[in-house]
Amino acid sequence: MKGLRRYLDKIKPNFEKGGRFEKLHSTFEAFESFLFVPNSVTLTGSHIRDAVDLKRTMSIVVIALIPTLLFGMWNVGYQHFIANGQEANLWQNFWFGFLQVMPIVIVSYVTGLAIEFGFAQARGHAVNEGFLVTGMLIPLIMPPDVPLWMVALSTAFAVIFGKEVFGGTGMNILNPALTARAFLFFAYPKEMSGDKVWIVDKPDAFSGATPLGDAMIGEVDKIPSAMDMFLGFIPGSIGETSTLAIIIGALILLFTGVASWRIMLSVLVGGLLMGLIFNLVALNEYMQIPAWEHLIMGGFAFGAVYMATDPVTATQTVKGKYIYGFLIGFFAIMVRVFNPAFPEGMMMAILFMNVFAPLIDHYVIEANIRKRRKRWQKAIN
Amino acid sequence: MSATIKIKKGLDIQLIGKAVKNIITISPQTYASKPIDFIGVFPKVLIQEGEEIQAGTPLYSDKYREQIIFTAPVSGKVKEIRRGAKRVLLEIIIEAGETLEYVDYGMADPNALMREQIIEKMLKSGVWPVIRQRPYSIIARAEENPKAIFISAFDTSPLASDYNFIVEGQAEAFQAGIDALRKLTSGKVHLNVLDDPATSNIFLETKGVQINRFMGPHPTGNVSTQISRLDPINRGDVAWYLRPQEVLMIGRLFLSGKYDATKLYALTGSMIKKPAYYKSLAGASIHNMVTGNTLEGKPRYISGNVLTGTRIIKDGFAGFYDSQITVIPEGDYFEFFGWATPGFNKFSFYSQFLSGLWPKKKYSLDTNLHGGERAFVMTGQYEKVFPFDIFPLQLIKAIMIEDIDLMENLGIYEIDAEDFALIEFMDTSKMEIQSIVRKGLDLMQKETT
Repeated sequence: MKGLRRYLDKIKPNFEKGGRFEKLHSTFEAFESFLFVPNSVTLTGSHIRDAVDLKRTMSIVVIALIPTLLFGMWNVGYQHFIANGQEANLWQNFWFGFLQVMPIVIVSYVTGLAIEFGFAQARGHAVNEGFLVTGMLIPLIMPPDVPLWMVALSTAFAVIFGKEVFGGTGMNILNPALTARAFLFFAYPKEMSGDKVWIVDKPDAFSGATPLGDAMIGEVDKIPSAMDMFLGFIPGSIGETSTLAIIIGALILLFTGVASWRIMLSVLVGGLLMGLIFNLVALNEYMQIPAWEHLIMGGFAFGAVYMATDPVTATQTVKGKYIYGFLIGFFAIMVRVFNPAFPEGMMMAILFMNVFAPLIDHYVIEANIRKRRKRWQKAIN
Repeated sequence: MSATIKIKKGLDIQLIGKAVKNIITISPQTYASKPIDFIGVFPKVLIQEGEEIQAGTPLYSDKYREQIIFTAPVSGKVKEIRRGAKRVLLEIIIEAGETLEYVDYGMADPNALMREQIIEKMLKSGVWPVIRQRPYSIIARAEENPKAIFISAFDTSPLASDYNFIVEGQAEAFQAGIDALRKLTSGKVHLNVLDDPATSNIFLETKGVQINRFMGPHPTGNVSTQISRLDPINRGDVAWYLRPQEVLMIGRLFLSGKYDATKLYALTGSMIKKPAYYKSLAGASIHNMVTGNTLEGKPRYISGNVLTGTRIIKDGFAGFYDSQITVIPEGDYFEFFGWATPGFNKFSFYSQFLSGLWPKKKYSLDTNLHGGERAFVMTGQYEKVFPFDIFPLQLIKAIMIEDIDLMENLGIYEIDAEDFALIEFMDTSKMEIQSIVRKGLDLMQKETT
């Protein structure tokens, strides 16, 4: 530790102004501050500061994603062996999935971080920690059989056009991970839908459709049992299948206060309400699915917990968060049931509301401004 | 008696080193008056180095408002007129003489004086600068009639001094000060106290004021928080405010005819061996308080509290408005994987550290930033320590883009930089929020006057 510190101190001048590797300053700073919390002290204002920083907060989100990642790895193996009619134990399932998923994780991180470092370097900024989370979210919403070059391409698209063109972390309008997913969905629709991609090396005879896929083509009776969907023993994107694993992650996020409970709660309420409305109308079989079952199908839970709560792309005001969350849930179920072209309504609903989040905030803030103006007018009359 | 006003949002930072109620009287050799204590004042020096002066002798005036005069807190000799870069006047240092001699401004009963006579006496003696105004936190404009005067009789900031203890035995001076203040406004004089059995009878029995009771965590003691609940500041409003020690100075001026700058300072902080109260004068050197009283290590000396105080050197001087000196360790060390530790011993507003399991624990916090500056990412955090009907993040952003209209619309008149101190403390992005807010206030003042 001390030796490492001494080494860093020794090479540091090379990366500072006038040094040989001056241009790599951001890269050095990122690695140094990863190893050591810097020795910088307060200069103005409050002399003491909270122990929290963005690294801490972002790593809590990554920790909250681990249950879905581990379960996802196991499920990738489980679905593969079932489809091929083979028996496999816990470790065989997990190992198969691990080998399938890990490359996706690595490709996502390497592509994204390389671009992030490049932009930070060019702008002379510090490297922001936001991608630590995005880089983990992207693999979890990918189908297990996705080709690695597609992961790399969509990640690059998301980071450059979803984030960096707006000015980097904190400035983006759309959720970068969902931007990556949407890019794949629209650029490679053939590869991204149907029932081929959800199970690795699936034989053609095996159905392997996701619950949403079944429901879309009207085969509601084929939807797996609620228990299977809750626990996650179903085909689907890597991290989204197990509602149970997502709930564990949600508890971590809520206990630490990193994610907004207001958004999570209102997404659930919005989704449930739309589901109940459909139950009342009940024009077809899809509309008759119990409202609560929608919450454990597809990416609804994953989106509610990890995507809708992204602080940068969500609304920023307290009231705005309730409205934003509610509409996400509401639209997600609506799109899912109404529009056969988009079996996954959650992605569309979140991206849609990302765009409207600033507008919602605008009206919430306007109300505050009006209240202040009224008080002033009352005082002068 | 009105009902207690309860404030829910906020945070009490639990620190080691609270002053015990024990008064040590000191007579430092040097004192200083620092123009930088007064926002927006451009000093015009009225004395020369080496000149013999008395307590109450004018030292400098404000170039733009010449009737505002700053006088010496002590008698003796002008030791040094210290200037910094671009010849900015930093401080006028006075070497104290053997005995304390005062300029006589004449005793008077404030109840028998006209408003103009009270103002004239306070301006001449150099007591006037104790009254500040909202918005902008500048010295009050004597020609204005404030809509009310607010006195916060309790301080909720970390390790703050206890005003109940400070005013003990000074009921007469406090009442005289209030009598003078009552003449200065056609509105009310609000005396805001903590709803607590320990609140001094001197406050509760003060005549001619409206007593308001408050309860809640910091920043309940901040005057902006209190004003927001009692009589919010609208566009064009002016309210004046001061603290109990400053009321005492006004009172003593009328009782004795002197500028008696006697003050009690709470010497606090985890690096102080024996935290206690020190009796001295405004602008006292802290040398006598801290010498031999500081623990091993690299200390940071602060005039004021850890959230809003000013950094000074070991031989530095207490600020004009401060009732507290804090000494805490510097934090200029690297921490190996510091962001990843469980954090049993790290104080945080958030539940991301295991220390959150022991909410009552007291800490010795240092000046480490605990991270680097980042863009705004998290939302909904600031609101939890900001008890105003104002959107803090949006106001900060409005200030950063210098949008005057938006700043006004979002309520900049109602706040001061100190109200953002907790936000700055708990900010995940490590931004220097108080100085951003101060810049916004300065810009607003420049644009509107």
